[in-house]
Amino acid sequence: MWPELRAGLSGWLSPSRTIWLIGAFLAQFYCAPARANAPLNYLFGAGPRNVSTLTWGVLTISIIVVVIVTGLLLFATLKSWNRPASPAWKERELVPRATNPVAVVYAGLILSTAVLLGVTIWTMMTLADVAAPPSKPTVSIEVTGHEWWWEIKYLSSDPSQIFTTANEIHIPVGKPVAVRLQSADVIHSFWVPALSGKTDLIPGQINKTWILADRPGTFRGQCAEYCGLQHAHMGLKIIATSKNDFEAWRKNQLQSESEKSIGSAGQNVFMQKCAVCHTVRGTRAGGRVGPDLTHLMTRTTIAAGTLPNRPGYLSGWIADPQHVKPGSKMPRLQIDGQQLAEVRTYLEALN
Amino acid sequence: MSLVEEVEPRRLPVGSIGHHATGWWAMLCGIVTEGALFGYLLFSYYYSAMQSHAELWPPELPHLSLALPNTIVLLVSSGAIWFGERGAKRGNAREELLGTAAAIILGIIFVTVQFFEWHNKPFSIHSSAYGSLYFTITGFHMAHVMVGLLILLAILIWCWRGYFGPHRHAYVSIAAIYWHFIDVVWLAVFFTIYITPYLSGRS
Amino acid sequence: MTEIEYDRVPKVVEAIGRPELSARLRSFWESKPGLYGWLATVDHKTLGIRYIVTAFIFLGLGGIEALIMRIQLAQPNEHVLTPEEYNQLFTMHGITMILWYALPILTGFSVYLQPLLLGCRDMALPRLNAFTYWVFLFSGVFLYASFLIGAAPDAGWFNYVPLASIEQDPGPNIDFYALANIFLGISTTLGGVNFIVTILRFRAPGMSINHLPIMSWGTLTISVASVLSIPAVSLAFFLLWMDRHFGTHFFDPATGGQPLLWQHLFWLWGHPWVYIIVLPALSMVSQALPVCCRRPLVGYSLVALATVLTMVLGFGVWLHHMFATGLPTMALAFFSAVSLIIAIPSAVSLFSWLATIWTGRPDFTTTFYFFAGFIIVFVIGGVSGFMTASVPVDWQLTDTYFVVAHIHYVLIGWNLFAVLGALYHWFPKMSGRMLDETLGKISFWFIFIGFNVGFFPMHISGLLGMPRRIYTYSPEMGWSTLNLITSIGSFVLAIGLLITLVNVVRSLRVGRIAGPNPWDADTLEWSTSSPPPPYNFAVIPTVASRSPLWEDRLGEGQKSSPARGFVLDQGKETLGTTMLDAVPDVIVKMPEDSLAPLLLSLALAALFTTMMLEAWWWLAASAIAILVITVAWLWPRRSLGEIEGSTS
Repeated sequence: MWPELRAGLSGWLSPSRTIWLIGAFLAQFYCAPARANAPLNYLFGAGPRNVSTLTWGVLTISIIVVVIVTGLLLFATLKSWNRPASPAWKERELVPRATNPVAVVYAGLILSTAVLLGVTIWTMMTLADVAAPPSKPTVSIEVTGHEWWWEIKYLSSDPSQIFTTANEIHIPVGKPVAVRLQSADVIHSFWVPALSGKTDLIPGQINKTWILADRPGTFRGQCAEYCGLQHAHMGLKIIATSKNDFEAWRKNQLQSESEKSIGSAGQNVFMQKCAVCHTVRGTRAGGRVGPDLTHLMTRTTIAAGTLPNRPGYLSGWIADPQHVKPGSKMPRLQIDGQQLAEVRTYLEALN
Repeated sequence: MSLVEEVEPRRLPVGSIGHHATGWWAMLCGIVTEGALFGYLLFSYYYSAMQSHAELWPPELPHLSLALPNTIVLLVSSGAIWFGERGAKRGNAREELLGTAAAIILGIIFVTVQFFEWHNKPFSIHSSAYGSLYFTITGFHMAHVMVGLLILLAILIWCWRGYFGPHRHAYVSIAAIYWHFIDVVWLAVFFTIYITPYLSGRS
Repeated sequence: MTEIEYDRVPKVVEAIGRPELSARLRSFWESKPGLYGWLATVDHKTLGIRYIVTAFIFLGLGGIEALIMRIQLAQPNEHVLTPEEYNQLFTMHGITMILWYALPILTGFSVYLQPLLLGCRDMALPRLNAFTYWVFLFSGVFLYASFLIGAAPDAGWFNYVPLASIEQDPGPNIDFYALANIFLGISTTLGGVNFIVTILRFRAPGMSINHLPIMSWGTLTISVASVLSIPAVSLAFFLLWMDRHFGTHFFDPATGGQPLLWQHLFWLWGHPWVYIIVLPALSMVSQALPVCCRRPLVGYSLVALATVLTMVLGFGVWLHHMFATGLPTMALAFFSAVSLIIAIPSAVSLFSWLATIWTGRPDFTTTFYFFAGFIIVFVIGGVSGFMTASVPVDWQLTDTYFVVAHIHYVLIGWNLFAVLGALYHWFPKMSGRMLDETLGKISFWFIFIGFNVGFFPMHISGLLGMPRRIYTYSPEMGWSTLNLITSIGSFVLAIGLLITLVNVVRSLRVGRIAGPNPWDADTLEWSTSSPPPPYNFAVIPTVASRSPLWEDRLGEGQKSSPARGFVLDQGKETLGTTMLDAVPDVIVKMPEDSLAPLLLSLALAALFTTMMLEAWWWLAASAIAILVITVAWLWPRRSLGEIEGSTS
């Protein structure tokens, strides 16, 4: 059976068929629509164009190398496949060293050196390009990593323009944003694939990076350095909008909480149970352990991208955070059904 | 006819003779690995020094009043063991014992003085990164010295029992090279911890 | 007592047809039967097989850890494991595979084969050889004791601080890892020393450095690298242990420490380590593939040089594990460039193998199948590494499943495939029986297909943004199908490995008798019986080329003589030769079996246990035990020619 199979296979793999097969294999990497369903995919992102090009470039070179080597191996192997079966071991001939194609090794060496040097130079050029943003950043943010959420502070030389939010970043389209990174506990990594590569948040030092969205959209991010129990659920979002929309959002974020909820049952529950860890500007709640909730309802997700910010999920989170994110720093609170509904009503007013 | 018969038949040494001894080669490799260890310790020191932008490094300049004489003590002890090894090679038991004993005594002096110096430091291993590195680096060195003293003690006992002589003294050479090694390491440690702070322009 | 003369002219003898010689040598070299012999043996062949078996057991443990994780990850939002359980499993999987399987398996093959390849009767330091095995075993037991109390290390195998600090990880988990790692490091470093001295000083006369078997180049290179790099990680873990328990401030940023110091020390070892765990495997392929192809290796000198160059460059690329940590651009550029250039010497071996197959006449044995499959996965692993070497690309790829794919292609591809090919090649020599070829080929296909089905999709899930070390993921990420395929592939791979295990167990009993040279191979180990006698060679062979057993048929005029040479039968003796030209230099007296290696490793195990428990008096007691045993071990002996004069 084997000889027939082998013969059939080598007959079937004509040069044109082989090329077609390779092409089909390669094509799947370039099919954009199929990849649209992966929010953390960066090959079709909105970040620096030359990094994407370099990535596609090295990917293509890699695939070509694999195909060539596999081809060489198969040809080298199959060319001996059909020779007649050999007699007993001792009578076997050896292929003498005189037929020593060391030249082949040199040839391969020179070829790979050329490709590698080329890629090295390309890498250096790209690296130089992205070392600094293309123009002066107009927005500056400071990101502090916590286990397992992101504290975001919008910076300004004017102290009245500084505000803090969490887990969701808004930026204006087309303008670079400077990002300062630090950590409150362990090493995390700031990564929004569609916009930029990763940079670590390391306690005791400030790292700097920049991001630039060249089109509007919502871009998911994820912590990319193992940081403990809930590393898997430390997501973030960057929402790039027009300049006007960004300004509107920013002005809203600057406002403290209005006075209208003072004395409400929900606010009382909040002060009792939540204010130790969370801040709502304009009230007595000033806890710094967990995210700032002043404008909680302007965010699309809660628990660092783990759940959508909708009433059912919000209730579920408050009732039992350990079920959603076991090990997270938010404890199971002693809270009954009525208190839960009240505090949720209060939170839903935090626009 | 095999290859070894094509040349004039030679007398080959048998057993542990000089630099033919397997133990000698093993000790050389051991020195390389322990040398690498000190390399990484000093790397940690230099790295921490360069990265400590906020604080002064070191918090205060180290005093040389004990460390410098102690360095001399260690260098002399290397001379002593050299002398002892030479005695072993010549079959001179007196020289052998004298040299080894002198090296041990000088080594003990080194350790004692260093303990005294440690005791009088204004900082501890807990005070700061500098304190941790200072005591750990000098501590690793001191541990190597103490192991060296145990080795020398064993050599002294074996010398006294007459084990070594002009043919078989590989053990003494192996111990001696280890001792010279920790001497050289001390020079590197001394330079790093005691000299470089003065070179950085602080007064 | 025997009189040990200071020198003598060694007798030259023909080995064939001298049964009394064999009996005489056996009386010196054979371990006593029974428990004492088993515990005290210093025979490198027994120790080599023990290393291999123990390493495969660790492979199994690491594999089971992986399979459990793959069940958890097969579907989104699974609850098979809690986050803590997952974290302990992925950490132990990494630690076990990279430290307790990947090098020890290669050490085992080398411990078994090096003396046979080099033409001597044992390793340079036989008692040290036994010691390094016991320490390897006990350190592994020490590590796995952590599972017994549910406190296995859980901060990843790189164990970054501050996650591994006492504040973040207060239990004993990290301490198990730290102390087990230092403990194992003793074994690995001393094992490296043993190989260096053996390969440089214990070769057969005439085996000059350019006649060295290519596998010895691999082992020698990584042994030097081990000796130079292991202190970095041992130091890192020692400093961490100090920070955790003695209030020091090496890594703690609040008090002037540097978290990145950990990463530098770790990767200063870690990067050389990844070459240490693959270069001997590559050199095993270079050693055995030519036998399958019935011709000498193409470009031996280039391959030898490339091995050394890869290792040297391997010391200059450690920062590429830290590209995202905020380093200055100049540093990034330099390390990226070297990381790209290092692919060049790796490529040399690849072209050499292809040329050897192309111009050879391969025999399609299971070994060849594994080596052919190895070449394909070698290239895939290599190019994924090439991609991550480019900094801007790495900023996307690092810490994603793309890197997980890369590391498994290089570890399973470069290490495991080569090891399996080597197993099928040298099993007949070790056991005297052939492995079954049909089972072998079935095993190969399960392994090759299972591996690629399991790990190739990880490139894609990585490119789609799946980060590493996450215990679960949500369905809208687009990774679900890929993860399911990976999980299925990993089980197929496991089945393939089981088939080889069955093959081994079965063949030990009913395999075809192998004879001395079933593959008609070219190097000295195939001139002995299968398995070899305890003394390996009745006379020390002399060699005049790289392929002593093929000389007459290659017709190049060399004259090795495997069966005529120094007899060295005045006790347990072998020959020491000079480093470069292998001229006979000294007759080495070899030690008898001894319990000291076992006792010393037990004392060390006790020492590390007392460190875990912070029981300082007990620590002092074990230190004293260590001192006493060491002195007893090293006490000069007449039988080894260490004492002046003869007995009266």
